[in-house]
Amino acid sequence: MLELINVSFEVDAENEKKEILKDVSLKIDDRFVAITGPNGGGKSTLAKIIAGIYQPTSGKILFDGEDITNMSITERARKGISFAFQQPVRFKGLTVKDLITLAAGKSINVSEACTYLSEVGLCARDYINREVNASLSGGELKRIEIAMIMARGTKLSVFDEPEAGIDLWSFNNLIKVFEKMYDKINGSIIIISHQERILNIADKIVVVANGKIKQYGAKEDILPELLGRGAAESSCKAFD
Amino acid sequence: MEKIQKDLLEKIADLHGTPEGAYNIRANGALGGRNTTANIDIVTKEDKPGIDIIIKPGTKNESVHIPVVISQSGLTDLVYNDFFIGDDADVVIIAGCGIHNSGDKASEHDGIHTFHVGKNAKIKYVEKHYGAGDGNGENIMNPTTVIEIDDGGYMEMETTQIKGIDSTKRVTTAKLGNDAKVVIKEKLMTHGSQFAETEFTVDLNGENSGANVISRSVAKDTSKQVFLSRINGNNKCSGHTECDAIIMDNATVAAIPEITANHIDASLIHEAAIGKIAGEQLIKLMTLGLTEQEAEEQIVSGFLK
Repeated sequence: MLELINVSFEVDAENEKKEILKDVSLKIDDRFVAITGPNGGGKSTLAKIIAGIYQPTSGKILFDGEDITNMSITERARKGISFAFQQPVRFKGLTVKDLITLAAGKSINVSEACTYLSEVGLCARDYINREVNASLSGGELKRIEIAMIMARGTKLSVFDEPEAGIDLWSFNNLIKVFEKMYDKINGSIIIISHQERILNIADKIVVVANGKIKQYGAKEDILPELLGRGAAESSCKAFD
Repeated sequence: MEKIQKDLLEKIADLHGTPEGAYNIRANGALGGRNTTANIDIVTKEDKPGIDIIIKPGTKNESVHIPVVISQSGLTDLVYNDFFIGDDADVVIIAGCGIHNSGDKASEHDGIHTFHVGKNAKIKYVEKHYGAGDGNGENIMNPTTVIEIDDGGYMEMETTQIKGIDSTKRVTTAKLGNDAKVVIKEKLMTHGSQFAETEFTVDLNGENSGANVISRSVAKDTSKQVFLSRINGNNKCSGHTECDAIIMDNATVAAIPEITANHIDASLIHEAAIGKIAGEQLIKLMTLGLTEQEAEEQIVSGFLK
């Protein structure tokens, strides 16, 4: 389904090139793949490379065998890639219904839009006509972001740390949302996460650190090893 | 009425035919139709062009439509409309001006609307300005609105100019009595080389009077906008003014808030923000499959909704 071949990504930082991703090759065919690893290791960059927000400095990206490396964000979205931002964007004037309708790509009625909101645990009636502006909390925005991805229903959905900024109570519901999504979704899910309970839903786990793939394998093999390490160690030593 | 005029009426007043209730339609500087009701009278002025709209005290749940359409190139139309809203009335007034100019000469409509809002009366006033036409003649509109609200009165004014007006200077003044409130919402979009100037002056003279002046605008291409919002707190009162603008291409937007407190218990706030569409907003909508241009259109139309 998705294949990254020798993908590198460099940025200019204080007059010197900094390599964020180093020669990453990765093939994803499973239904639910979690990407984890220390902060600053390149996980979000990898997601943005997949969505087309960043163009790789070198390497190739194949989606269902087709080379999408030079395709724009829009083209990739139309090919069937969805991307949920780590920090959802606010829009003055656009309502929750407007965004869900745009995500669905066709005009949908209120009850259809409400179904997606109910799936993410929002009382649809209270939210459907709300503006997606500063009046919504971070947790509400995250759920609306996820509802948009569900409304799109594409072959590949990429979630960048859906748990970030969500309180514990909402987090329990969020886990349920992803468990349900695992059963219902027709395509594949790539989810960037630090949370054991999310990693635990995954078929496979990718560990990204220092811009490289450190480990990639079945959850049963990777997860026990990750959990066995002390947290401090995992962010300092283990990935070096 | 000709087709162009009917189209204009639909744009500015959502009218698909003859409106219900009281109305006065002005087409190419002449009377195009009028209806009065038991409570609302419309009388042609004798000393100058224009009409008096007289709403009896206590009139409830009625509306008045007073659209103006111009389809003749090169016409300059100046009109004075005075509204007398009786005490305790509760009505909706829908005005609007549409110009279709397919000639080479400028068409201009300058409307001077004066509102005398009686004690405890409540009115909603909606006006839309729209221009069209494929000629080189300019569409010019200079609406002036003068508002006087008596004790306990309330007026909400919604003013919209979305398209096709090449040049506009919009001046609104309001004077408020005790416990009177005014809410003004402006929506404005300029494109091409258009120029739009808005000037609001509100005098909060009465005790516990209040004003809320909100403007949202989008400036595209090489258009220019100037927004001036002036609130004078002359008594115990509260005032808020807010200007929020999206700037695109090579446009220019100036926001000039001016709040003056002349009384120890006057509480006044101004907010102004001008900026381009945030890149992340465009990217988000592009990840939903919209092109950059489609994303821009959605953001702009949502902002002006």
